[in-house]
Amino acid sequence: MYHIALKMLIGDRGKYAMLIGGLTFAALLMTQQSAVFFGLLMWTTSHLRNMPAKIWVVDPKVEQVNELKAMRETDVSRVRSVTGVGWAVPMYCSIQVSKLTDGNFKPVLLIGLDGTTLVGRPPTLLAGRLEDIRLPNSVIIDDLAVKRLSTGRQRPLGLGDTFEINDKEARVVGICKADRHFFGYPYVYTTFDQAIQFAPKVRKMLSLVVAEPANGWTPAQSARQIEKETGLKAFDEDELFWSTIWWYFRNTGIPASFGTTILLGFIVGVAIAGQTFYTFVLENQRNLGALKAMGAGNGLLARMLVLQAWTVGVIGYGMGVGLTVLFGLAVLEKGQPPFMLPYQLPLATFVVIMIICTFAALLGILKIYKLEPAIVFRG
Amino acid sequence: MAEGNSNSLAVHVRAVSKTYGRGDTQIRALDGVDFDARLGELLMIVGPSGSGKTTLLSVIAGTLEFDAGEIEVFGASLHRLRPREVTAFRKRHVGFIFQQFNLIPTLNLIENVSVPLLLNGESRRVAERKAQTLLDSLGLQGRGREAPTNLSGGQQQRVAIARALVHEPQLVICDEPTSALDKDTGAHIMELLRTVARKPDRCVVVVTHDSRIFHYADRMTEMEDGRVQRVHELPAHYEQAGDH
Repeated sequence: MYHIALKMLIGDRGKYAMLIGGLTFAALLMTQQSAVFFGLLMWTTSHLRNMPAKIWVVDPKVEQVNELKAMRETDVSRVRSVTGVGWAVPMYCSIQVSKLTDGNFKPVLLIGLDGTTLVGRPPTLLAGRLEDIRLPNSVIIDDLAVKRLSTGRQRPLGLGDTFEINDKEARVVGICKADRHFFGYPYVYTTFDQAIQFAPKVRKMLSLVVAEPANGWTPAQSARQIEKETGLKAFDEDELFWSTIWWYFRNTGIPASFGTTILLGFIVGVAIAGQTFYTFVLENQRNLGALKAMGAGNGLLARMLVLQAWTVGVIGYGMGVGLTVLFGLAVLEKGQPPFMLPYQLPLATFVVIMIICTFAALLGILKIYKLEPAIVFRG
Repeated sequence: MAEGNSNSLAVHVRAVSKTYGRGDTQIRALDGVDFDARLGELLMIVGPSGSGKTTLLSVIAGTLEFDAGEIEVFGASLHRLRPREVTAFRKRHVGFIFQQFNLIPTLNLIENVSVPLLLNGESRRVAERKAQTLLDSLGLQGRGREAPTNLSGGQQQRVAIARALVHEPQLVICDEPTSALDKDTGAHIMELLRTVARKPDRCVVVVTHDSRIFHYADRMTEMEDGRVQRVHELPAHYEQAGDH
């Protein structure tokens, strides 16, 4: 009887198309908006991936990785002296202004790495040599910087080319790949000593201290010990990641805004699927009554309705997520808007779509259970 | 009103009552009805609108619960069966022909006819083969893959008859089977039903207003106000019907 159920569903082309369309739209809206939301959240934590370190030591008031408060340079030594710390090095990180050939200005994220260890170096170098960063006025720029800072040039910024940071000449010795930052600024890496030359002079120039735990210590244990002995704030990577994410949840309208759209997707799905499926059942009442009269039990009819609802659910889900993937492929090529599609997201969308369809089927099932087979004898 | 010995009875109804609604809006559709239908006969239930004939048909078919009384259909006591058992009984032993045919428009003819077999656990392949054979025998050769909407009323009713008979039920229930058809088509349909009823282990019960087909009945039960008023044997009634 299940093929009969499917033919009854597909045969009503108008409602079939409306159900598929509604569920596709709901799946697309929920998955695509969630993927953009997750992508945006990942952008907020790009420092963690572009300057990898096991322990991040910052000013006690710092809550997230994009709002670093300058520390005293002596704090590096204080961290090094903590039990449970293997080594610790200074790092500079701030937004500076670069000047383009055509006279325009672009903000860049200037990262100053420890000149000896180069801890926090970019994970993937596309061109040049990392060691050359130690040469005077040398920088490694990310691929976004190549696009952004090449405006007005005859060819894209490349190895050996120069540009200005705060009116000081910087020579490109390497090009790297970096995750996009929340503010959309390109990453420019140099050594700590050169970074504080590029940056305007202020009283405190140390942005943070990155450290490694001593043997036998976990990053979290080491971070707690640093906090205890120095009064500074210390995070392992995971702690700083979540601290940053929650900061954006608490302090921005981003989750509420995306949450509203995702909720709308859910409501649209429930409304369209529920209403259309219920109408489908109502319009098929006489046919279902005839099946009931001929001996189809409530259980069989309920299973047929669930099969119909889940079938449109799976198709709508597949089309919605498929469109999301196409959207993702298009935007990943361009680099924005943000997009991240972890496997949990399509899985969650599938569960939600199936819940919507089960709800729609339940509305029909309730009607079927109350339906008297004798309805077929009424005019 | 009981007639014939119980061995020859297909349907045996005693003191059956059925009431719709409550209080002031209460309607007593069946009021202690006694009714029998014999094996191998085509029995018609006639009467004015609201006389209770469709309700009687519904309770005999097991599609409607009744308030009091006893109903035996081919030896099964419907009043003693649980709803699930009544459904199973209907599935196996009852075939339905409806006034508006009630063919599922999104299924083709073969699929429509195969439904009772599928409900009885037959495989799809076997069910569709049997359905095709029966459709062929009813003059619908080569049209099995068509949609019911492509057919005339008479052809649709033949499909409905095929669906009612495909699983070889003992009791065939017909609700106004000719009211939506012209005279000739209606006559053809009634010939078919009379042929079905002639089999000794079968019984066809027809509810109708259509006086053009009264003469096809072996017996006729007249209802009024929820009660059986008279039962006519064919020869006597046939002449009266001819006078209409």
